[in-house]
Order: sequence, then structure tokens, then C-alpha cells
Amino acid sequence: MTEAGSLKTLPLDALWRARTSKFGDFAGYDMPLQFEGLIPEHNWTRAHAGLFDVSHMGPSFFALPKGHGLEGEAAHGKIAALIERLVPADIQGLKPGQVRYTMITNEEGGVLDDLMIARPAEAGAAGDLYVVVNAGCKHQDWALIEAATTGEADLVRADDRCLLALQGPSAHRVAAEVIDPALAEMNFMTVKRFAAFGRITVTRSGYTGEDGYEILVRAETAKDLAEALLAHPEVKPVGLGARDSLRLEAGLCLYGHDLDPATSPIEADLAWTIQKRRREARDFPGAKRILREYELGPARKRVGIRPNDRAPAREGVEIMKDGKTIGIVTSGGFSPTLNGPISMGYVEAAHAEPGHVVDLMIRGVPRPATVTPLPFVPHRYVRKK
Amino acid sequence: MTTRYTKDHEWVRLDGDIATVGITQYAAEQLGDVVYAELPEPGRSFKQGDDMAVVESAKTASDVYAPVSGEIVEVNAEIKNENWQIINDGPEADGWFVKLKLADKTELDALMDEAAYADYVKGL
Repeated sequence: MTEAGSLKTLPLDALWRARTSKFGDFAGYDMPLQFEGLIPEHNWTRAHAGLFDVSHMGPSFFALPKGHGLEGEAAHGKIAALIERLVPADIQGLKPGQVRYTMITNEEGGVLDDLMIARPAEAGAAGDLYVVVNAGCKHQDWALIEAATTGEADLVRADDRCLLALQGPSAHRVAAEVIDPALAEMNFMTVKRFAAFGRITVTRSGYTGEDGYEILVRAETAKDLAEALLAHPEVKPVGLGARDSLRLEAGLCLYGHDLDPATSPIEADLAWTIQKRRREARDFPGAKRILREYELGPARKRVGIRPNDRAPAREGVEIMKDGKTIGIVTSGGFSPTLNGPISMGYVEAAHAEPGHVVDLMIRGVPRPATVTPLPFVPHRYVRKK
Repeated sequence: MTTRYTKDHEWVRLDGDIATVGITQYAAEQLGDVVYAELPEPGRSFKQGDDMAVVESAKTASDVYAPVSGEIVEVNAEIKNENWQIINDGPEADGWFVKLKLADKTELDALMDEAAYADYVKGL
């Protein structure tokens, strides 16, 4: 039945198909969208643990050339300074094993992609960074990184491997039982390599608002890992459909929808991703606009919006106040956790205060809605001392 | 009573000159759990193919088109009262959307019968 056409298939395609998943094109990949249903999969992830195949994404290693002769902080400082040409986060300041969420910005201060950058924990990997970018942007991002650092560092793609996300309150227990007890001891937003299922790179991170892990595993051993995880009674496979409702409840941005080349990190309420050292150095692409907005406030801001009735307001719905357009919905749908519609969008700064009542133009009819703090559902990340 | 089907997965069942309209089992399964539906007000008239109602799941919003022309004489009160579950439980029975006073019986001829619709769905 499935016409893959020119779509790329996942290394674990057969495993997911055997579980009667619905598939669909996402960023050129034939991806599992749904297994038993969006709502049950969503709720299972919030209550237990969901296993997501996100191998369409762009994991990569960005490293100083072989024989660079540097060690420890000197090696890290050098590779970090190179990637900082493209992103506004303090990468030099990462401790071994630390992961940071950041963005590739353009000269106009807009966002070209959002991504994760990790400094490996292992001393032998000094001078490496683990960089994970979005599926739809990976070719652009890797070309940008290479062009900005030609001859100074090497970018090695790892998107021939599998990237599996295990998310939910049971994830730590499952990971400890199936992979290695040490996974349960990791802090959120840290990275570690393990000699299990071949050799895996694990970050304690995710995009659901839950605790969990993202695991980079070689395609040859990925099936064993996925099957071992799925055999655990706390784990069910979850598709991209529920991943979207989970990240929306968690107030997290989806690139190409909530973030784009015209939108600044400050408008997107992501000022926290630009650390003090970079703000003071003013040395990243788009710093002029981004720091002006940081200091004076942006003209428009990303906010949460809850429709006052039951009608979902999806991407593209106009946001009005007193008959005037003041913004637009960039993500929206149904929240299984809140059992009602939720949206995220951009509004003029004067209307961005929580509690502000606005109108959503749904099929030509204005419907009242309330500006709401993000996230809609509290994050449950595990941060140890 | 004859039931006819559209390519957009509506069904229409004729009883005298009153046509009951809903979405098919296939459409309901494709949608998944319905989280919202919007029905037209009684008294409104639609031409065949007009946007008549909206049904939304967690995944997507779908338009429901008028499978035949006519005037709305009744809407499903359960759906109006936000009991969306009735659509998933029995899309071709208790989960009907509206009843239309049929304007032109011959419009039904262009729609599929049960066997033709079953073949059509098989090919999707």
C-alpha cells in the first residue's frame, strides 16, 4: 500500500511497519506518524514512556582536524569558538558533558534553525562537539557550518545512524534496566557515551517536556536497542503526531512554524539561550537586532493562547483585538493533557501579557481566547544537584 | 432506504425527501478521536459540494461537504452538545451530522453505492 516514491526510509522502517503505524512524509523521510492513536500515544508518554524514531534529524560531529595537538580546555575552547561564529550561545563555557539548546542566526537576527550542541564528557573527545540539527534544515546547516569554518574543523554527518528518543516519567527506569544503570544518574541536558548496543551517544534531553533520553545508535545495532526498549512493559512506540502535541503542550518551538528566518530569538522568548558572555561580546550573526530587542523589548512576542471555547485554532489563524489584526497563530491544536484546544503564536508586545483576551479568527468568525503563560503543561526535567 | 457515498467520505441516506448525512467509518478511522465538530444552523441551505460542517481530530481539521443540495432541517443534538465521541463510536449510525430536505433527488445518482464506495476505499 505504501508508496515511498523518492522518500527516504528509516533504517528501522520494517520494525515500525510491523506495528501497523501510519506513515507520512516529513522532511523527505517516510516517517511513522501514528501507532494506536495520537491521543493514547500522547497520554502514554506523559504517564509512562514513549519511544520515538527521530532518525530523520541531523546528528553530526564537529571536530578539530586530526592531529590538532590540543587537549582539554584548549581543544574545547578552539572548537567552541568556531561554532560560536554561527550561534549566539556560550559554547566555550560548556562543561564536559553539558548540552545546550541554541540557534543558528542570520545577519538580520532571524533564526535559520534551532539545534542542540553538546560537549562530550570523555577527555579523549576533547575538541569534538556533538551537534544535532533539524531534519528539514540539516543540509543548509551543515553547509553553513562548513563554509564558516573551512580548513579549521571537520563536520562528520551521523544521520546514517538512528536517533531514538525515549521520553516520559518511566524513561529513566527503562533506560537503567535496558541499557545501563548509569543512564539514570545523568542530569538533564548532559551527554555521555556508553559501550552498549555497539557504541551509543546518549543525551538526557528531549522535546516533549518530559524527562528522557535521545540515543544515537548505529543502524546495525539500532534494531536490537529498539526491540529491547519496546519489550519493556512501560514502553510503547509513539509517532510524530503525538510528538507535535507533546512539544506544543511543553511550549517548545517547531522550526518552520514557530521559528523562521524573519523571527528573532528575542521575539520567540528565547533570550535565555543567549548567555551573558555572548551578549557582552556582541559577536554573533544578527547581534545588532537581537541585542537591541533584548535591551528595548521586541515589537512582537511569542505567547501561549487558550481558546475560551472548544474550537482549535491552528497555524495561520489571525489573532485580533478590537477588530484589528495583532498577530498570528504559528502552532495550534488539541491538548490531550488539558482536554481542550491550545495554540502558540506571535502578538504585538502590548497584548502579550498573560490574561489578555484576544479574538481568534476561525473560519471567518472571531472567537475569544486568553493569552496564557508557557508551557501549558509543566516541564518535568530531572535536574540533580 | 438507499445509502450513497461521496469521494470525500460523506454518506447520505434518503428517507422520503429527508437526507441524513454523516462521515463514513473510513473517514472516522482516518481522523482518529474527534476533538471538535461544528454543525450548521437549521434553516441554512447548501448546494452540493459546499462546505457544510467541520470535524477536527488531534491531527487535523476536515471540512464536511454537502453531499446533496438542500436545507438543514435538523442537526445531531448530541454533537451540538459536544459529545464528539458519538462520531467515533458510530459514524454511520448515531454519529450522523445533519438532516437535509433534499432539493434535487437526481443528485444522488452521481454518488457511489455501498459496493462502489468499498472498492474506492480499497484503492486508497
